[in-house]
Amino acid sequence: MAKFEKSFPFSNKWLDDRLAVNTLDRVLSTEYWIPKNINFLWAMGMVLAILFALLLVSGIFLLMYYKPDTGLAFDSVNYTIMTEVGYGWLWRHIHGVAASVVFLVIYIHMFTAIYYGSYKQGREMIWISGMLLFVAFSAEAFSGYMLPWGQMSYWAGMVITNLFSAGSLELNGVVEWIRGDYVPGDAFLTRFFMLHVLLVPLAIIGIIVLHFGALRIPHVNNQDGDEIDFDVESKKYLSGDTQNAEVIRFKWDFLSKDIFVLGVFMIFFFYLVFYHFEFALDPVNFDKANGLKTPAHIYPEWYFLWSYEILRPFSKDIGLIAFAFAQVIFVLLPFLDRSPNVAPASRRGLFRIWFWVLLIDMIVLSVMGKVPPMGIFNTIGLISALTFIGLWIILPFITMFEKKLKD
Amino acid sequence: MAVNKEKRNFLGMALGGFTAVGGIASLGAMKRSWDPLPSVKAAGFTTVDLAGAQENVLNVEKWRGKPIFVLKKSKDMKANDRDIVIGEDRFHVSIGLCTHLGCIPAYVADVHEFHCACHGGQFDASGEVLKSPPPSPLVIPPFKVDGTKLVLGEEGEAYKKMKADGLVA
Repeated sequence: MAKFEKSFPFSNKWLDDRLAVNTLDRVLSTEYWIPKNINFLWAMGMVLAILFALLLVSGIFLLMYYKPDTGLAFDSVNYTIMTEVGYGWLWRHIHGVAASVVFLVIYIHMFTAIYYGSYKQGREMIWISGMLLFVAFSAEAFSGYMLPWGQMSYWAGMVITNLFSAGSLELNGVVEWIRGDYVPGDAFLTRFFMLHVLLVPLAIIGIIVLHFGALRIPHVNNQDGDEIDFDVESKKYLSGDTQNAEVIRFKWDFLSKDIFVLGVFMIFFFYLVFYHFEFALDPVNFDKANGLKTPAHIYPEWYFLWSYEILRPFSKDIGLIAFAFAQVIFVLLPFLDRSPNVAPASRRGLFRIWFWVLLIDMIVLSVMGKVPPMGIFNTIGLISALTFIGLWIILPFITMFEKKLKD
Repeated sequence: MAVNKEKRNFLGMALGGFTAVGGIASLGAMKRSWDPLPSVKAAGFTTVDLAGAQENVLNVEKWRGKPIFVLKKSKDMKANDRDIVIGEDRFHVSIGLCTHLGCIPAYVADVHEFHCACHGGQFDASGEVLKSPPPSPLVIPPFKVDGTKLVLGEEGEAYKKMKADGLVA
């Protein structure tokens, strides 16, 4: 056994001897180096971490009164939690608004990475783990959407599980296996409840650890895509030349900026929670699930609209292939971008146009996904869906011929 | 001490083998746990009486949790091999879920068509596709004609014939 000097229980020295808390603090935060040349968009990761914490805490309180049973679920949410439980409405509004806003911030976080080229030259695993998180958050959002067992829950569950019949392959057995029934029923609700409160959150926590770990060696990118020698710059900082060092400490230098952005974001967030929560609670879902009545118009939450619209304008099989393409193609970004440049899109010639067209196209797709499928909307939807696919096909070619910016 | 590599390899392979067998077996158990329960599968047969049906008025029945369209055709509506004929009357009977992604199409009586609100699919009064994205006609459930009654879930003569002709889906 190692030799321990006597020290006051739970004092810093006592803890450090037993748990190496000071080493941990140094390695994980005070000597984890962040470039100075960044902007507020670099704070989105922390915003997401805090939103996840809010979802977890509000979810724990909802879980105490929610009943995963097709006969009881609707009332346990809309009557018990909303009217009887003290501040039950608050947990639900926080949970609903955070679930919606978390996707807004994920998209900002993603497009920041695309704009600044933060997915290549050693940062591939950050990007891939990030996209895995996107998939896991999507599964979490979908499974959570089933739980109030309203009309939108039921019919979204019906439509999305039908996707697994893989079109003309008619794999109805797979769909029935996923549901545990011919239609979404009790078995369906309880298994999605399990996924929502245990399996998917566990996966999310695991992938978050991987995502943070993936940052460790390549470090975060900066506004110019400069390669920073973190050893040299951190020594400069530690020797007292903080003025000329290109890096700052994670704690508390970077964190203080992070927390400022977080503060501004939280004003916006709680404004939504208290005054505009209704955007995250679809009125149709306040009708109890009814398997014999489809709502007049079915649409997903805003953050799934763009991929839904890629499914819609085509015939069934082609639509499914296009949809599957849209789901996986972002993961491949580090390998489809053939240019060695790590730089903001504004300096990358054709990639600049590609970036903005992609962003605008996804916004157009989202709008078209919301309007009824008729007339001119069908045409616009079809063109934007084809544009989306075309953009990804031409990406390797336009980046292959991109001028090299630095040696 | 000399390392007996063969012994180590054997131990490694034996452990790996047992773990793999156990792992695969438990995957099988997990798959079975997600299968529809016997009580769900046994969800029985639904009997529908067609005697009181009115022409061009859609009745929606329920069978295995799914809506079933029952439409008595009027004389001016086109006959189809998929119709169920009882005496003089022709009926269109189908599972009322769009073959695209499973929404329930609405019946527009004026034009004798089914319109789906989800993705814009359209079917005629025999369940045949008029407008994509649905890839195939509305599905006819297994049925047996019993006088003026229809037993859903049981395969009768008429259904078997339709099935043989490839008309049910």
